[in-house]
Amino acid sequence: MTGADERGAPGRPAAAPVPSPRAAEPSPRTRIVLAEVSRSASRADRTRSELTQQTRVGEALVRGLVRAQLALALRLSLLVLIGLGGLPWLFAIAPSVGRVSVLGVNLPWLLLGVAAFPFLIAVGWAYVRLAERNEQDFTDLVQRPER
Amino acid sequence: MGNGYVVPAIVAVTLVTVGIGFYGLRLARTTSDFLVASRAISPTWNAAAIGGEYLSAASFLGVAGLILKYGVDVLWYPVGFAAGYLALLLFVAAPLRRSGAFTLPDFCEVRLGSRRLRKLATVFVIFIGWLYLVPQLQGAGLTLATVAGSPYPVGALLVAVVVTANVALGGMRAITFVQAFQYWLKLTALAVPAIFLALQWQADARPAVTPPDGPAFRAATTVVVEHRATLTFPDGDVREVRPGDRLDFAAGDPVPEVSGTATDAADWLLPDTAGDDDRGLFGTYSLILATFLGTMGLPHVLVRFYTNPDGAAARRTTLVVLALVGVFYLLPTIYGVLGRIYTPQLLVTGQTDAVVVLLPGAALGDGTAGQLLAALVAAGAFAAFLSTSSGLLTSVAGVISTDVLGRGSVRGFRLATVLAGGVPAVLALNLSGLDVSQVVGLAFAVAASSFCPLLVLGIWWRGLTDLGAAAGVLVGGGAAMGAVLLTVLGPPLTGWPATLTTQPAAWTVPLAFTVMVAVSVATRRRLPPDVGTTMLRLHAPEALRL
Repeated sequence: MTGADERGAPGRPAAAPVPSPRAAEPSPRTRIVLAEVSRSASRADRTRSELTQQTRVGEALVRGLVRAQLALALRLSLLVLIGLGGLPWLFAIAPSVGRVSVLGVNLPWLLLGVAAFPFLIAVGWAYVRLAERNEQDFTDLVQRPER
Repeated sequence: MGNGYVVPAIVAVTLVTVGIGFYGLRLARTTSDFLVASRAISPTWNAAAIGGEYLSAASFLGVAGLILKYGVDVLWYPVGFAAGYLALLLFVAAPLRRSGAFTLPDFCEVRLGSRRLRKLATVFVIFIGWLYLVPQLQGAGLTLATVAGSPYPVGALLVAVVVTANVALGGMRAITFVQAFQYWLKLTALAVPAIFLALQWQADARPAVTPPDGPAFRAATTVVVEHRATLTFPDGDVREVRPGDRLDFAAGDPVPEVSGTATDAADWLLPDTAGDDDRGLFGTYSLILATFLGTMGLPHVLVRFYTNPDGAAARRTTLVVLALVGVFYLLPTIYGVLGRIYTPQLLVTGQTDAVVVLLPGAALGDGTAGQLLAALVAAGAFAAFLSTSSGLLTSVAGVISTDVLGRGSVRGFRLATVLAGGVPAVLALNLSGLDVSQVVGLAFAVAASSFCPLLVLGIWWRGLTDLGAAAGVLVGGGAAMGAVLLTVLGPPLTGWPATLTTQPAAWTVPLAFTVMVAVSVATRRRLPPDVGTTMLRLHAPEALRL
């Protein structure tokens, strides 16, 4: 049950080598110089090192990303909170809603037994798209700081 | 029970599971082989594996049983079991993968650098794991008792021994292929009979689920009571029954009202309403909190996230899991509802968890089709026990061997497995009276009150300190643990104390968050110095190649 053995395993994408939780000391970060040299390579490098060395600018950038992702997650959970979490309350204060019958099935059964699942999946799908867009924005910001 | 297909089907599932496990093990001998191999597989396979491990006895048997017994209010169980993956996706999936943590104790050390917090997390992983294992064994005992007529302890012990031996000897070590296979087996085992059941219901001229006179027996039935209960007969006769009592009903006889279940049609069909009693509403919200937030704290779920290549893949995998699990949870409702028509005697015996296993035979008769479908369902149920308990046992044993016994050797792991499998087996033998899904609900409540705040605050809030985390886990998780122990071992309670202990999440989760934040703010000086670096690692997209 240790993740330590897989460090340096072949076939791992050239991503940030995630230090193993078991490593005795935090392994030094390796900066991989990219093959493609973009026009603003030196600037991108500088931003990148601001990130890794935790300068004020770097930290502000990360804080911005974390805040954007958290705001997105909270907004979508609010949606679920109202959409699903409001149902018991609605059924409790307005019992007549529970008696409405659609196609011979009572509405609460349809909402909870069937409709809840596509709703959850749709929210999840939206989150994955939007979270990836946030990350793309962040990547663009770091790689082309002049924009 | 004259069904000759059931036992061979169960044996076949067990042998195939064990067999593939060992075959796969021969192909992938080391942890590293296993991890690298899993990296090559797509999120879909990975997701099916997570789903296969997740859909337990509670999902396969318990949900339908609860629906049969309590009606619409317990539909929150399947909704919550699925929604837990949405919470996991929104708040945990990608950052947890990027943290590189393999288990929850690992995460404590990565994020807060505290060995003591790691030990505390270990205690909770073991407790949750055991609490979750008990209902799996219960389900096995119940299923085997129902389909093969063996005494309850036989099935529970059988699964405990098979799974412990299998995990200890190294088979089924979280091999993606086996778990993915289990998902599709479980889905098929519920979906195919459900189609036949729906057709049969059509052919029977669609008998009403909630007839105006209450549920009635369709055929002459002899009921052997399993749990002490008070029955109210339609003519106003009230009778106390004890385990072992036999009651005979003729075809067309109405089902007596059983104390503690929603025999009354309106009660079963309609949600709780406000007014004279708000305990039902409190219980519903508590259940929603526990299941929505508890999934992220289950030890066997988190381990699988490490097999994703990166954070973005972890997110996509979680989304597919949500979809797979969502499709699966459409099915138990059908069994619970049709159970009202075809197996009302379960309301009297109290063994409502058996509805999934009994329904095909009861509705389709003793012909070959009915028997084959009953065997398919029983095989699916065994797949559920085997896969979930193997995953749980592997996680718990791994944590015990590295964090408690302190040695990573194979012998240490085997010793830990026996330890980890023995305790829930003993518990399962003494807890046959509880509903399978309710015990699982308690495990979710403990996870939601301990690991959910730890993960969410640890990932999104720089201000979390080791002392704050420990205090929150101890107070919130400890309170939930206490409530569980009181429910399971304590005297029977009534009224609000009963509601607060059987559904504790609505007060323990906010408590855990509050304590964690308050103590962290008070101990601000203990902030880990490298929190900025950790945050960067948790949230920076891989595309940056930092």
